[in-house]
Formats: sequence, structure tokens, C-alpha cells
Amino acid sequence: MTSAPHTTPAALKEWPLWEVFVRSKQGLEHKHCGSLHAADAQQALQMARDVYTRRQEGVSIWVLPSASITASAPEDKDALFEPAADKIYRHPTFYQIPEEVGHM
Amino acid sequence: MAQQHLEYLLHLADNALILGQRNAEWCGHGPILEEDLALANMSLDLVGQARLLYQHVATLKNDGGTEDKLAYFRDVPEFRNYTLLELPHSTALAATAANDRDYAATIVRNFLYSALMVPLWNKLQASEDAQLSAIAAKSLKEATYHLRHSRDWLMRLGDGTDESRARTQKALNHFMPYVQEFWTASDMETAAAEAGVGVDVSSLRDGFNALLDDALAEATLTRPAAGAYVTTGKHGLHSEHLGFVLAEMQSLARAHPEGVW
Repeated sequence: MTSAPHTTPAALKEWPLWEVFVRSKQGLEHKHCGSLHAADAQQALQMARDVYTRRQEGVSIWVLPSASITASAPEDKDALFEPAADKIYRHPTFYQIPEEVGHM
Repeated sequence: MAQQHLEYLLHLADNALILGQRNAEWCGHGPILEEDLALANMSLDLVGQARLLYQHVATLKNDGGTEDKLAYFRDVPEFRNYTLLELPHSTALAATAANDRDYAATIVRNFLYSALMVPLWNKLQASEDAQLSAIAAKSLKEATYHLRHSRDWLMRLGDGTDESRARTQKALNHFMPYVQEFWTASDMETAAAEAGVGVDVSSLRDGFNALLDDALAEATLTRPAAGAYVTTGKHGLHSEHLGFVLAEMQSLARAHPEGVW
């Protein structure tokens, strides 16, 4: 990993991008709701509060640097995901769930 | 209902409304989108506090007045806010001077005000005035966030670039003398404190100074020496800036006095 892009004066003027995840009152998990620029993690949290929770959307916020996300490439879509399309037996829809089990 | 009790409530309400109106000037002009939203959020917190207090005053006076009447149809000498809160977001002394808003000025003032209001709202929760006590409990949460926001930016701007540091120090030098007004008692505050309605603000002074010194050390800023002159906004004697704030804030309501949505 080269450090050059992070130390040039021009780069220092650009705040890094952060991904924001918010957990709603009823929600069990944090959901991705957007991104923002901030100088560091604490500032990103504070800004996320002002940008993404103004309408009582959440009770907890996570932020993480967008650069730390490794994503699958769009052009790999067919190779990665198409093969699952004809394997419907992987869905648990062929079982009778006993009533005692209740909600799953 | 004692007149001084009402004036004390108006003092608290006017503080919130005037600073809320000032900070709202950034709406659509913030230095970055996130701060634009943050400032507008905090303005709405302050306007919300003012509304609750004006409604309370209107109820106590029971003379057919409303929150709108108190906000839009009083003139400069009837406003009881600290002079600090009506000043522009710059170091301009003349209200007619053309000046760009400086975010450092906004941050310094918000810090000074919320550093006072967090302990003040905290104590007002124990007010004999049950409605004021409830408003204090709500406002404390908002002020706590305002303090966190402004202190964070104070540190970033003070301990930032040469430019941001110079601007922040300049704003601090400009605003600090106005803080003296916090500590000089007025009749309404003394009466309200004696009645158990209000708080003797001078009791908050040591805590305020400790918090300020702490924050300034963190921001690598220098505390200017206190001046001898004390401003008199809470007595109704204001700087020339308040008239311009009211003109903008009140003109629509006065042009359409019976207007409703």
C-alpha cells in the first residue's frame, strides 16, 4: 500500500468518505443509509446524526471508512450470482413447518 | 403573576429565539452540506425552546396574547436577550458594515452560549415553575448536543490551520467581553432566583470558566483578558444589530398581521 495519495496537500483537503449505518428503534440490525465526507470517525458520527437521524430514524449509528469496504466487481455479476438461479431446492420452501415451531 | 417572573421567562425565550434566528442565516449557505444541516437543526431546537417559553408566558399573562405576538410584535427595547446573541457572525461593530459570515464566529458564540445553558437548564429542572422545569428538561438534551458540536469544532478550528486558528482567536477576542453580561445580575434574575423560579447565574461562573479554559487549552487558543464594560441586552438596551435581526425576522408577520397558513 502506497502512502503517497494520503500525504499530498491536495489530498489532505479532501475529507475521506464514510458509510453510515443506522439502527432504527424496532430494527435488530444497522442498515446502510448513505455516506458523507468527514475528517475523522468522531466527526463522521456527529455529522451522521445531523444528516441521517433528523426524523427519528434511529437509536444507534455506525460509521466506517468507505475505503475499507472491498466490493465485488459489477462485471463479475454473472459468474458470481447466476449459478444460484436454477437451484431453487436451496430455498427452505419444500418443508412443512410444524405449528409448534411458530414464527421462524 | 409577578412581572419579574414573566420577564425572566422572556429573557430565556429571547435568548433562544435571537440566537436561533442568527444561526438560521446559515441555512443554504453552510460551509459544507453536513454543517448546513447541523446549524439548521440547532436553530430549530432553539426556536422550539423559544416557542415553549413564549407559549408559557402567554398562558400566564392570560391577556389574549400568543407566542407569535411575543416573537413578532415586540420592538428592540422589549427584548431581553444577551447582547452577545444578536451580533452578526463576524467581528463587525457597525450593523451597516458589509461582512461575510465567518463560521469561526458562529462556533465560538455557540460554544459560549451552550457552555452557559447546559448547567443553567440543568439547574432549572428544579424550578418551582413546573412548566419551566419541564422545558428545561427538554432543552438540556438539546443544549448538551449544541455544546458537544461547538466544542468539537472549536478544537478543530483552533488547533487547525494558521488561517482557522487566527479566525477563531479573533472571534474569541471579539465575543469574550460580551460574556460579562452573563455574570452581572439583573432585577428579574435576582427576583426569579429568590422565588425559586430561576437560577442565580453567578453560581455557574466557576464551572463555566473551568470548562472554557479546558476547551481553549484543547483548541490551543488564548483566553483574552476580561474587559470592564458590561453589555445590557437583558435590560432591553441593545446593540444596533438587534434592530436588523428583528426587521428581517418580523417583517413578514407585520406585513400580514392576521396571516395564517
